Amino acid sequence: MRKIIELKNITKSFDGEVVLDNISLDIYDNEFITLLGPSGCGKTTTLRIIGGFETPDCGDVIFMGEDIKDVPPYKRNVNTVFQRYALFPHLNVFENVAFSLREKKVPKDEIKRKVTEMLSLVALKGFEKRSVTSLSGGQQQRVAIARALVNQPKVLLLDEPLAALDLKLRKDMQVELKNIQKATGITFVFVTHDQEEALSMSDTVVVMSEGRIQQIGTPVDIYNEPTNAFVADFIGESNILDGVMLEDRKVAFAGHVFDCVDAGFAKREPVDVVVRPEDVDIVPEDKGQLQGVVTSVTFLGVHYEIIVDIKGFKWMIQTTDFCDVDEKIGLYIEPDAIHIMKKSEYSGMFGDYSTYSDEMEEIGEVEIGELAEYEEQEAAPAESETEK
Amino acid sequence: MKRASKIYTALVMVFLFAPIAILLVFSFNDAKSLSVFSGFSLHWYRELFRDDETLKAVRNTLVLAVSAALISTAMGTAAAVGMNRMRNKVLRQTMDSVTNIPMINPDIITGISLMLMFVFVGRLFGAATSLNFGTMLIAHITFCLPYVILQVLPKLQQMDKALPEAAMDLGCTPLRAFFKAELPEIMPGVITGLIMAFTLSLDDFVISYFTSGNGFQTLPIRIYNMTKKTVTPKMYALATIIFFVILTLLLISNLYDEDEVQKRRAARQIRKASKEAKT
Repeated sequence: MRKIIELKNITKSFDGEVVLDNISLDIYDNEFITLLGPSGCGKTTTLRIIGGFETPDCGDVIFMGEDIKDVPPYKRNVNTVFQRYALFPHLNVFENVAFSLREKKVPKDEIKRKVTEMLSLVALKGFEKRSVTSLSGGQQQRVAIARALVNQPKVLLLDEPLAALDLKLRKDMQVELKNIQKATGITFVFVTHDQEEALSMSDTVVVMSEGRIQQIGTPVDIYNEPTNAFVADFIGESNILDGVMLEDRKVAFAGHVFDCVDAGFAKREPVDVVVRPEDVDIVPEDKGQLQGVVTSVTFLGVHYEIIVDIKGFKWMIQTTDFCDVDEKIGLYIEPDAIHIMKKSEYSGMFGDYSTYSDEMEEIGEVEIGELAEYEEQEAAPAESETEK
Repeated sequence: MKRASKIYTALVMVFLFAPIAILLVFSFNDAKSLSVFSGFSLHWYRELFRDDETLKAVRNTLVLAVSAALISTAMGTAAAVGMNRMRNKVLRQTMDSVTNIPMINPDIITGISLMLMFVFVGRLFGAATSLNFGTMLIAHITFCLPYVILQVLPKLQQMDKALPEAAMDLGCTPLRAFFKAELPEIMPGVITGLIMAFTLSLDDFVISYFTSGNGFQTLPIRIYNMTKKTVTPKMYALATIIFFVILTLLLISNLYDEDEVQKRRAARQIRKASKEAKT
């Protein structure tokens, strides 16, 4: 795959406030790449730098091998779908789509052909003469996409294009956008704060927070192998606990030693442990690795979401089995359901479900109980060796 | 109670419009008398159109008003665009207040200060008579500007900021983006600003009086000079004509606004309907 855009060490601040802090990103041909993060993380600024609406304070923007940092937006082979579409209210649907072709002085019959083609691509045939203000949100959205694509750009930038649509329409548009991207083969750079949207549509997800890139990867990688507590918490629900890596494939957390599949950490390295709520099995109390008390149950249709208090730390568990509040249950976690992350600045900030409870203080302490046992076991052979 | 409020409203209307009605009626009076209406005639209108001095003043006024309106609208729109793009909040608010000063400043002070400045600058360059059409035009642009800005700025603030960016994204240079995307959006404000500037310039007396040279007379000044002698019903005819010109402009500007409002309302209803149809 060919690199189409390279951002190199981009830094940008507004009024002394750093919005982008030394970010580097490669975007490839034909890729559907999503910039994902909470509001204020710098994802829109990144998009605007690619579009040419902001100039980075330092760093390079390379477009197909050329530095375009100082190229104005109207000379870039990139088009944008704006957040609230920014359709021209004084022009009808046809003229909105034809706008860039008219600017380029394309012959009239060619304009007509291209606009008609684009309108049928976005399923708006027959809307040519309609005023854009009379269209519904979804239709306006599609006019905006047609208007941006008629120019046949190398890259299409989409700034939270689905944020203003209702849930059902948004789902439809997600599928439609993905189809358009496949049909045209144009690179899509998509900005959203909706993690589900990012996971379902993208080839590559870029998770951003506080002006920095936290992780770049496929949706599956991002979900299964988050690099830090921020990513784990932002992408889906997760229980994040303080743990200690005892040796390769052995980790201690919540007062119990678990088998896991991760290796390559230093001995006794403090780590963050992620367990997804859907990966925890509920078993009878005596058969569980951990024992806890159910404190709340929420019915969500496909499953129940239950909060379980285990030694003061509240776990979220998604299950199809019904449990009652105050029931004592056992939990069982498969080795491959445990994901180990290195400690980061985000450690301890996310991943507990005891919000509004006064038990916050107690969270995260590695319980001594079983850990002490393990230490004894580990120490024993060493002692016996010396005895020999 | 209801009747009382009706009477009150009627009284207000009478006091508001009686002077104009009297003026209107007596401009068609056959005789010169102000107390007796002796019969309908266009005599005073004919008389008016024979008065070369007054006609020249009318022409002067129109030339001045049209130039002042066009120039102040262009400048005011540009100023509003610039102010709207200011990122520094303090600077923008300062600009906002400063541009409003000519609006709240008493005309007489604006007039005297402008005259002083013109004479001062004229002396500096050694001109014998520094007050002429040019100085009056500058004066009129000065007091029209804030009204234009006041009309255009809110339209710019209402506009989706992404519109000019979208135009640039689609191949427009920044200047072209302004004309193709921004200007059509703020046009109602620009038109109202233009009309306001025109009418303000048309009926200004105080500032014109101080800044006009001896060779250049506008209609209000001409009327003032005429009233120093005797008031002839010729003046009623002139006043009536001016009143109707201004009234027409006001109606046009109101209709234009009303039209905009209705268009928006219609669009909103269609959107609402299509949303309901879906659910």
